[in-house]
Amino acid sequence: MMVEAIIHMRDLIKQYQMGDTTVTALDHASITVKKGDFVSIVGPSGSGKSTLMNIIGCLDHPDSGEYILEGQTVDKMKDYQLATIRNENIGFIFQNFNLLSRLTAVENVELPLIYRGTKAKERREMAMESLKKVGIADRAGHLPHQLSGGQQQRVAIARALVGEPPILLADEPTGALDSQTSKEIMEVLSQLNQQGHTIILITHDPEVAKMGKRMVRISDGKLSEVGMNEHEYLHIH
Amino acid sequence: MSIFTSIKMAMRNIKGNKMRALLTMLGIIIGVSSVITLVSIGQGSSQSVSESINDLGTNLLTVNISNTDIPFTLDDVDKVKEIDGVKNVSPVLSGRVTLKNGKTTSTVSFTGSNASYEDVRNLSISNGRFITDIDMDYRQKVVVLGSDTATTLFGRENPVDQKVLVNGESYRVVGVLASKGGSMGQNSDDTVIIPFSTAQRLLGTTHITQFYAQADSQDTINRTMLMIERNLYEVFGDADSYSVANQQDVMDTMSSVNDTMTMLLGGIASISLLVGGIGIMNIMFVSVTERTKEIGIRKSIGAKRKDILLQFLIEAIVLSALGGIIGVGLGLLATKIYTLATGSVAAYSLSVILASFLFSLAVGVIFGVFPANKASKLNPIQALRFE
Repeated sequence: MMVEAIIHMRDLIKQYQMGDTTVTALDHASITVKKGDFVSIVGPSGSGKSTLMNIIGCLDHPDSGEYILEGQTVDKMKDYQLATIRNENIGFIFQNFNLLSRLTAVENVELPLIYRGTKAKERREMAMESLKKVGIADRAGHLPHQLSGGQQQRVAIARALVGEPPILLADEPTGALDSQTSKEIMEVLSQLNQQGHTIILITHDPEVAKMGKRMVRISDGKLSEVGMNEHEYLHIH
Repeated sequence: MSIFTSIKMAMRNIKGNKMRALLTMLGIIIGVSSVITLVSIGQGSSQSVSESINDLGTNLLTVNISNTDIPFTLDDVDKVKEIDGVKNVSPVLSGRVTLKNGKTTSTVSFTGSNASYEDVRNLSISNGRFITDIDMDYRQKVVVLGSDTATTLFGRENPVDQKVLVNGESYRVVGVLASKGGSMGQNSDDTVIIPFSTAQRLLGTTHITQFYAQADSQDTINRTMLMIERNLYEVFGDADSYSVANQQDVMDTMSSVNDTMTMLLGGIASISLLVGGIGIMNIMFVSVTERTKEIGIRKSIGAKRKDILLQFLIEAIVLSALGGIIGVGLGLLATKIYTLATGSVAAYSLSVILASFLFSLAVGVIFGVFPANKASKLNPIQALRFE
């Protein structure tokens, strides 16, 4: 059975100028992600992880290479076009939750819809629905500082979900959480994947990475698929 | 994102930092309120000046005589009256006197003049009569009181036919003037009028240094003025010894002085509005830096440059508009307090109120653009990394 590819990247190159030296953050990186996939991208810091995430998340342009997202070639899009792509196709989940401190949980969840131009009443309904999905509807009126880390991350996941984007992009989603809460958050992500959401998880932690169906290692800007054996190996250890 | 949502968002941000918002608006508040207050007071005073000059009648000529070597007498004044086109003449002498009724004393300005003075200066009598020609001829010690002076000396009593001491001498009150209100720092109700001849004796002078001439009509006033000047030249043989002033000239001068003052005050106040705008810009820049992370988050979620630009611009405009509204209220209040405290009039002008409010809005737009533009240009990746 052919499953359509949501992300198709080929030979991406991204270089930075650091003083006199040129750092190659991505070196002919290629990856394909299919609908319903749960890909973990692992790598130590400095491996090009963040650059890859920024490009997948349409926050940055590659220097060269091809990036097709949901059938649209995004590698040469203008900034304002990328903003629309981000709004409609990507749900960001950050390490530090990145909720706006002055807005309540439900208002934070509404944000992507505001930029999409959804009507206020519909927006509120969709946001509440999304909060329900991650099991935190009872805290809708709380401000971020009144919530625990795990609760804040749930709100952030609800915000990522609310616009029904084809891809959830999680950058170290458990990095700021204790191990018990981390487990809960990973379970939420697993459940979402089982419900059909495509998830790309970026982490340095192999324990977290093994929750994915597929694992891709990044080192020195190069991507390599981790074989089933190694994957199994990581599961055991 | 709709404008309405943007305004709501801006209001939230302002509410979240009330003290700062107030301090930011303070410049605009002070600017707008001072523009309104100063211009209202300025326009009020120029209005009352022109009204009081109009009250005198625009067909009035004021003649001042500076040469005292050649005596200018009542006969000379009468000759001026003979001139074709002159309706009335009134010689005047003025100074200050102390009035006393029983234990009440009051020092007021007095004017010595003749019976025509009532007509020449558009005065009216509320009680009793004005000075007559007979009072003039016989140097009668009679006095006409201004309405305030009458109240000061006699309270609610009828002062007519009562005695009052003028600089220690007994005078008979023959009438009371109707109230006219004050202008140009003078209260025309706090005065007394006595016959010209009596005033000359009181001051020990025989010279006439000033008289009013009333022309038949305003249309012929320039011709009448020339005739009087020619007559005076014959008397003195020298054009520097006298001056003839047209009421219209006086009014034009006064109102141009007043307009300049109003412009000046308005200008100074506008500068404070401008400074207020710079204050807003300053705070907005600080706000952009403080909220770099927020901008990053919003951009990652799908906010376009336009959305961020609009958000910060609207915030600046809402701040300046709020400041403008508070300033308008405060300005009207300050003007009201000023008029109540000083008893003078102020002319509220809707156009000035509207203009200063719109100016404050414009200040918000102009000075909000730079910070908003800076915010909208932030790179989302760097903004997200900002702590």
